[in-house]
Amino acid sequence: MSIDINEIKKAENLVYKKSSVLTDKVMHYCPGCSHGAVNRIMAEVIEELDLQEETIGVTPVGCSVLLYNYIDIDWQEAAHGRAPALATAIKRLRPDKYVVTYQGDGDLAAIGTAETIHACNRGENIIMIFINNGIYGMTGGQMAPTTLEGMKSSTSPFGRDVARDGNPLNMTQIVASLPGTSYVTRQSVHTAAAARKMKRSLKKAFENQKNNKGTSFIEVVSTCSSGWKMTPAQSNKWMVENMFPSYPLGDLKDE
Amino acid sequence: MREVRLMKGNEAIAEAAIRCGVDGYFGYPITPQSEVMETLMDLKPWETTGMEVLQAESEVASINMLYGGAGCGKKVMTSSSSPGISLMQEGLSYLAGAELPCVVVNVVRGGPGLGTIQPSQSDYFQSVRGGGHGDYNTIVLAPSSVQEMSDFVELAFDLAFKYRNPAIILSDGMIGQMMEKVEMKPFKKRWTNEEIEKYCPWATTGKKKDRERNIITSVELDSQVFESFNHKLVAKYRKMEEEEVRFESFQCEDADYIIVAYGSSARICQKSIDILRSKGIKAGLLRPITLFPFPKAELNSIADRVKGMLSVEMSTGQMVEDVRLAVEGKVKVEHFGRVGGMVHSPEEVVEALEQKIIGG
Ligand SMILES: Cc1ncc(C[n+]2csc(CCOP(=O)(O)OP(=O)(O)O)c2C)c(N)n1
Ligand code: SF4
Repeated sequence: MSIDINEIKKAENLVYKKSSVLTDKVMHYCPGCSHGAVNRIMAEVIEELDLQEETIGVTPVGCSVLLYNYIDIDWQEAAHGRAPALATAIKRLRPDKYVVTYQGDGDLAAIGTAETIHACNRGENIIMIFINNGIYGMTGGQMAPTTLEGMKSSTSPFGRDVARDGNPLNMTQIVASLPGTSYVTRQSVHTAAAARKMKRSLKKAFENQKNNKGTSFIEVVSTCSSGWKMTPAQSNKWMVENMFPSYPLGDLKDE
Repeated sequence: MREVRLMKGNEAIAEAAIRCGVDGYFGYPITPQSEVMETLMDLKPWETTGMEVLQAESEVASINMLYGGAGCGKKVMTSSSSPGISLMQEGLSYLAGAELPCVVVNVVRGGPGLGTIQPSQSDYFQSVRGGGHGDYNTIVLAPSSVQEMSDFVELAFDLAFKYRNPAIILSDGMIGQMMEKVEMKPFKKRWTNEEIEKYCPWATTGKKKDRERNIITSVELDSQVFESFNHKLVAKYRKMEEEEVRFESFQCEDADYIIVAYGSSARICQKSIDILRSKGIKAGLLRPITLFPFPKAELNSIADRVKGMLSVEMSTGQMVEDVRLAVEGKVKVEHFGRVGGMVHSPEEVVEALEQKIIGG
């Protein structure tokens, strides 16, 4: 049976719509990149919780530096690694607003390590979203603190050699051990089911902020098809097989 | 009723911050300015005016906290001393690039490196030439008394908000640590969030239905657009040069020789002028209060009627370059100053003027 296009367009047949909090700007992310999916989930959550006027976001330096072009809320663009410092001041000076940071692994777990740990340790009442794609996407695929052992990047062309390059850093585990965090979880967006779980986590994080529960920290184990030099489908498969064993999904802390 | 108190320069900064309605202070301890945050923590302004005070994990964090607060249209400040100010330079460049107002106090100590905790004026270039990367300037105020430490906090905020630009109070270990009488200003209310929305329509206050989203950023990938933005910034700095130059002159009217000095060095040089005058030498003192914008025009016009100038600073010779640029070669300009935490005496300055300018 073929379905008429006008039939599809009927309101009762609507199964998916673009969030009103997403702008019409075309996203610049590469095909298969997790950033776009996470951006969309953020917009949906902000719309569904009716927090467009109440949320101030902080973007990082990295592939998501221009995230403010896509989600229709007030934004501040931070220096590389410093989003948690900005968010600390924003939330303390505007406790009536919801504050969300969004950072990559180089931003959050290398250059911004001190800001990350201290914001979490102080228990700043903010949401931190951590896109862990195991690589520096924006600068062209260099090794990140989260790059896996043996994983190739432009600055570890023969694979990460732990003896020389050091070990992959599990930042999420570290922040889970800090008393200031109340909710620490690791999610992904590679399937519809995973994306739905991610969305639930983000809603919970907003709820936590409303209840003054301290820092909610959401790692999203992500793909970087360009940096990994894979197709989108290969990237998802590689992530499941290689990233998930080192960065297992699920809640690390929920108080 | 006048309220006069005896206090240290650093304490005056803290008191003035609370009184002029600052919303947030973010800092990291370093000698010789730690009393600023200590005084604030003692006074607990969060219980009175609602001002937030936070000890950050580093100066890098402090300056980026300023960015976050300033982006919300809040009056935010930090204080530090030379090594800490070096760490803030990337952040200052971002603040200038995002056109955010804030106040940074530098109670300068001698460098380079860890250097000394004794006073110095060796951060002049870093302050007046931007300091971080890119084409930008910060407004620089140079207090020479504890009273001015107090007064310049409000002035710095007024200028920072007028131009949407960081303002620096460039002090030194001597002014920070010495005690003097200060006439306190009355308390001013902090801006309400509604007032901020009115005065700072650019601030991130939560996107309202009736306006576009506000974005605080310094990134622009289109070079043509960014070139115009750079020109817009420069126009702002030129406007500061036209409208905000502040200086003080002592006995310059009939002078044959001019000493140019700012901050604590100017205090010492005032005494040198007395000694020179008692010896029958007609000397005057020009004290720049704003180091950026620099009193170029005033110095240039004084140069038409004097025989020479001596730039006296606790550095190996930084401001002297600006004095030379200002006088356009009309008169001889030399530098004198003790460095590395040493402070020149009035007599040493007299001797330097006699040898380098009058006799030279
Ligand atoms: C102080 C400073 N150092 C280095 C850079 C260059 N830089 C830009 S983005 C980036 C890393 C981005 O990687 P990540 O945070 O993992 O984000 P992704 O691009 O993968 O999303 C680096 C090193 C910079 N902008 N600023
Ligand atoms: S380089 Fe990687 S992280 Fe950046 S947009 Fe492309 S896929 Fe995404």
